[in-house]
Amino acid sequence: MIPFLARRLLTGLATLLLASVVVFAVLEILPGDPALLMLGMNASPEALATLREQLGLNDPVMVRYVSWILGLLTGDFGRSFTYSSPVIDLIAERAVVSLPLAVISLLLSTAIAIPVGIFAAARRGKAADTLSMGAAQVGVAVPNFWFALILVYIFAVWLQLVPAGGFPGWKAGLWPGLKALILPSVALALPQAAILARVTRSAMLEVLGEDYIRTARAKGMPRRHVLWRHALRNAMIPVLTILGLQFAFLLAGTIIIENVFYLPGLGRLVFQAITQRDLIVVEGVVMLLVASVIFVNIVVDICYALVDPRLRSNA
Amino acid sequence: MSAEPTSPAPTDGSFVAAALSNRSFVAGLFITGLIAAMALVSFVWTPYDVTQLVVADRMKTPSAQHWFGTDHFGRDILAMIMVGARNSIAVAVVAVGIGMGIGVPLGCWAAARGGFVDEALMRFNDLVFAFPALLSAVLITAIFGPGAINAIIAIGIFNIPVFARVARAGALSVWPREYILAARAAGKGKVLITIEHILPNIASILLVQGTIQFALGILAEAGLSYLGLGTQPPMPSWGRMLFDAQTRMMVAPHLALFPGFAIIVTVLGLNLLGDGLRDVLDPRLRRER
Repeated sequence: MIPFLARRLLTGLATLLLASVVVFAVLEILPGDPALLMLGMNASPEALATLREQLGLNDPVMVRYVSWILGLLTGDFGRSFTYSSPVIDLIAERAVVSLPLAVISLLLSTAIAIPVGIFAAARRGKAADTLSMGAAQVGVAVPNFWFALILVYIFAVWLQLVPAGGFPGWKAGLWPGLKALILPSVALALPQAAILARVTRSAMLEVLGEDYIRTARAKGMPRRHVLWRHALRNAMIPVLTILGLQFAFLLAGTIIIENVFYLPGLGRLVFQAITQRDLIVVEGVVMLLVASVIFVNIVVDICYALVDPRLRSNA
Repeated sequence: MSAEPTSPAPTDGSFVAAALSNRSFVAGLFITGLIAAMALVSFVWTPYDVTQLVVADRMKTPSAQHWFGTDHFGRDILAMIMVGARNSIAVAVVAVGIGMGIGVPLGCWAAARGGFVDEALMRFNDLVFAFPALLSAVLITAIFGPGAINAIIAIGIFNIPVFARVARAGALSVWPREYILAARAAGKGKVLITIEHILPNIASILLVQGTIQFALGILAEAGLSYLGLGTQPPMPSWGRMLFDAQTRMMVAPHLALFPGFAIIVTVLGLNLLGDGLRDVLDPRLRRER
């Protein structure tokens, strides 16, 4: 288990380092002078030169890359020039919206999808299976931002149960905050749940065809017990894979949904920073998201190893 | 979806018969064909000219004159959806083409060479998969300028590792077969073996993956256009129509309905087609989605 962990961590770190080079290089070749953007078109050449010096823009590329990486490692993500505050503060401010949104969506989607998938597999070929999988097939095809628009129309415009957008902040209390996240999380969760339900069903069907399931049933073990104890545990691997991918997607993929609901999350922060060419913010957020994707993948791999000891040696 | 494989793996002759008895495949083919036909017809005929602005007819609800109603410029929504189909299909086809064109040779190369090349490809895949696809697509289109071409590139780049991985896995399972050994004994080189024996054997899984990526491409293009980063006006696109509809939801909810249906029906058709193809081409193949 320890060598497996060590190797997994090492490849994760190598990927992260490579990713940092890519992010830095891409933003480096961009046209546009940050100093000019910060001071405006009418700035005097002297002021521009001073600011370039202050920002370290005159240093060689390697020096700037290394100092950027060292900054990231010590939690210094630089300063945003459009918000004139440290990037790390901006990220912290926005993560308290994006992270709960991602977690609620994932919980919601798992709570719907896994029971539906197991139920459909247990009633394979029956009406309940056909119906739920038909619904899942449609769910996979629904773009989450379109679903979000429909939800806003029904629940915010027509029934007026929840706000159509915006976020009051957690200072306004837990309930107003959660209330603003209900529609966005449902919009994110439903298409995800559709995918997860299909994966769960096919993984369960695969396992239910195995000999040890028949043996367990032949021994007189109750059907429910076989389904939840024996089959589900063995069907977990593909389900975990998709869950990991979906969580990583949710962390970054909220970018469109946050725009639909005007939520001040990480996605909206990075989207606005891109359009304003506030590159230091873009770099910081992208690196953070890449790091979280890599981290989630490592966690998923560790979960595999915990669920299935056979994978510990050769994964 | 629920159409289970009823017959064993068909030989070449019975492919059409097997395909036509698969409900998923038939439904998917029908829907996809309908959307493609709609896109083709839009080249020669649309009910109204999509560039024609009739301010007097703004935001009309569906009627006999305008089946799907009109938008905020008085343009016919049915006509815009027809032209938008052309656009969505073009973006998705080219993006899948980029992914296949680069990814499949890479995957085959890695499988044939093994060792360092294989390891490098796997690390490259790890790297691309570490970047959230949608975020990076937004980044690419925002940086290099919004537009259909950059949207195609942004979506296409993320198709490369997908096809590379599928091709590599497929090729690795074919290489140890006996007929490959026979071909090698006959003095054939790795490139020739890959073209003559590996590719035909992995074509079916590539085709299935292609339809999945096609559907994802349609969704991604709609998302980018919704953010204003994909296809630019006045060229109609489904995502852009949804963006325009959002601020007018209070007065004209039908504006959001039809472009959404267009996306759902198209993606649904492609997914059904992919499921059906998978069942027909290789019933033993696992459904992963």
